[in-house]
Amino acid sequence: MIEKALHGSKGYWTWIACLLAVIAIGGAFYVQQWNYGLGITGMSRDVSWGIYISQFTFLVGVAAGGLMLVLPYYLHNYKEFGRITILGEFMAIAAVIMCLMFIIADLGQPMRALNVLLYPTPQSMLFWDMVVLNGYLALNLICGWAILHSEYKGVKYANWVKPLIYLSITWAISIHTVTAFLYAGLPGRDYWLTAILAPRFLASAFAAGPALLLIIALIIERNTLFKVGQVAKDKLVTIITYAAIINFFFLACEFFSAYYSQYPSKMYTKDYLFFGLMQDGNIFNNLVPYMQASVVIGIIGIAMILFARSRKSDILLGVSAGLIFLSLWIDKGLGMVLGGFVPNPLGQVTEYYPSIQEVGITAAVWATGFLIVTILYKVAISVKLEKEL
Amino acid sequence: MKKDRRDFLKLAGCAAVAGVGSSTAFRSLLSGEAEAAGLKRAGTSKAMEGTRLAMVIDIKKFHQHRGLAERCIRVCHSIHNVPDFGNPKDEIKWLWTENFENTFIKDTHRHQTQSLHGMPVLTLCNHCDNPPCVRACPTKATFKKDDGVVAMDYHRCIGCRFCMAACPYGARSFNWRDPRGTDEHGNPFIDELNPEYPARGIGVVEKCNFCTERLAVGQLPACVEEATDYEAMFFGDLNDPDSEVSRVLREEFTIVRRASLGTYPSVFYII
Amino acid sequence: MYGTGRIIPALIIFVGLMTFPIWYNGGKAQQPPELVLPTEYDECVRDTQFMRESHMVLLHEWRDDVLRKSGPRSGVTDRGLEYERSLQKGCMSCHYDKQNFCDQCHDYTAVVPDCWACHLEPTKEAI
Repeated sequence: MIEKALHGSKGYWTWIACLLAVIAIGGAFYVQQWNYGLGITGMSRDVSWGIYISQFTFLVGVAAGGLMLVLPYYLHNYKEFGRITILGEFMAIAAVIMCLMFIIADLGQPMRALNVLLYPTPQSMLFWDMVVLNGYLALNLICGWAILHSEYKGVKYANWVKPLIYLSITWAISIHTVTAFLYAGLPGRDYWLTAILAPRFLASAFAAGPALLLIIALIIERNTLFKVGQVAKDKLVTIITYAAIINFFFLACEFFSAYYSQYPSKMYTKDYLFFGLMQDGNIFNNLVPYMQASVVIGIIGIAMILFARSRKSDILLGVSAGLIFLSLWIDKGLGMVLGGFVPNPLGQVTEYYPSIQEVGITAAVWATGFLIVTILYKVAISVKLEKEL
Repeated sequence: MKKDRRDFLKLAGCAAVAGVGSSTAFRSLLSGEAEAAGLKRAGTSKAMEGTRLAMVIDIKKFHQHRGLAERCIRVCHSIHNVPDFGNPKDEIKWLWTENFENTFIKDTHRHQTQSLHGMPVLTLCNHCDNPPCVRACPTKATFKKDDGVVAMDYHRCIGCRFCMAACPYGARSFNWRDPRGTDEHGNPFIDELNPEYPARGIGVVEKCNFCTERLAVGQLPACVEEATDYEAMFFGDLNDPDSEVSRVLREEFTIVRRASLGTYPSVFYII
Repeated sequence: MYGTGRIIPALIIFVGLMTFPIWYNGGKAQQPPELVLPTEYDECVRDTQFMRESHMVLLHEWRDDVLRKSGPRSGVTDRGLEYERSLQKGCMSCHYDKQNFCDQCHDYTAVVPDCWACHLEPTKEAI
């Protein structure tokens, strides 16, 4: 099947070449980081995790978001999603691989990464995150490939695949729950220490994942003969809208708890992220424009996506899904992790700005993810079109 | 080595069979002493057994003897080969001073007596009885020894910095750069290496070890020894009623940092 | 066979490259490393054969025992000589000539342990 990825149009190869170029540049930056140490990034003693870990956290959500396509089809026999479940599974594969790459990029001693297996530590949430992420990667590789291959052969997939699919549905919930537990169980970090973190992670994941998928599906529709189908698109819009609204509801709950209780340590980080935090006459607000924009863009996106559906406009649909994705990316892929370190446990403020090398490595990991998605989707679409035409 | 393998298999079996509820994990989640008011979950009890090393710092004595804190820090950092990168971003510190209001951020108020405001207070790893960093570490590179010291195995640390996020006291530093390297003028980050103690490598986390290497040969922690003539620091076994820390804790009003977090620090302060 | 013209030469080049070390060094006898042993003592903490094969295992055992289990920091040899269970303070106190002891074998066998990234080599004065 993989040979389908070796035949493509000029546009396809140009896209691949661009991605490889970004990966090469990022690779060069990583060599620099390898030699100099993580000091080459913008991270510091106070903000000890940066965009690597925040991208990782966001992408676990994208991976789990694929669930929203798999679940209706396999659990509720929702036939309209039959054509796109494979896209959800393949996106999960790419997203989990990106997660693992971001973790490796963030390790001070990447050569010792396997110590996590050599000295298994069940009390550490990071140990469980390693277990669930690798498990989810394996499940999606096996299920996705087995199903597509049987389609390629023109037969129904084998019976052993079904239990694995059911397992992968519950597993998707676990990956993002455990990732939230990385943060939500730390006594000294008040912004993260909230029981609603895992539910909020899931809500934002179930909006961001399908939103990204919808954008990619629309691009595929424009460039190939593959059709997602109007009903499936409308249903995706419903899922994205509900999940995005629930995400914002949870955010509002967080705001209520903090500001009505007037509990200072629950307010500081939200002040820093959304309004600016003042100390000794200095104002710290480098993330405020982004976080405020995140809320505005998100609300516009939700309103617009419903309008786009009623107008049956694919362009509007793509733009509004993009807005929702961007809003959630800022919220979780930027503010969630970076904000948790401000103020530090001693009440001091250190602001974080990623370095050029850090941004380059991050871009390269994203490009790798897009490369994997491109290749997997090329295979999937080719197989499907071959059978249908 | 044979025993280690057995430990490993036992643990792997536990994890596989019982998942997160495995006995090791669950017991570690129940640890910690009772609140001052004596509150604890019904059915749980933790006997005060074994050794639990603790430290008492008298901040008034440090205020009276200017420069003593700096001497303690210097001796600590020089015997442990702690590098000085000359900037706060890469900073590594085992023992240092913070302003009173930052050290006790959640336990003080704005109208505190002026003499305390801005007063430098020695801070270090609290060697908590219920340490969040040990819970977070995915490789047991950070662990609690049976004498209560929260120690690190720098050979095993993968540099994930989960412990830094977990520590509510900012006691942990990361080697963002090679500590054995030199700055742009060719000056080494570690002025003079102490051949009796190792340095650390790039990409691992480090922190105060309560001078466990000195305790093993019957010496006091270096900072305590430095402050001993001024009776500014005390060290001993918290579970031994005859130890010096137990005596001082009985006689003086002391506080710990952020008691409400349930970490049960082993470093106490006389205000 | 399809593509014979390309596959066969490619295979020959591949095999040639992979076996390069064998025929490049063929016929030349390698000198085994010559170690400079301490003159002050003629006994190590274990017998030579054990140390040759398993010194790294012993170091790991010492490390885990001393660091984690508050194990003893010193040990006694068969003949009653006391030593520190420590690479930096134990081993290197006798084998201070690192270049002519550790490095000799490690270079010969192309093993690159990262001990010295943290542990301090004996200084010139010690030698």
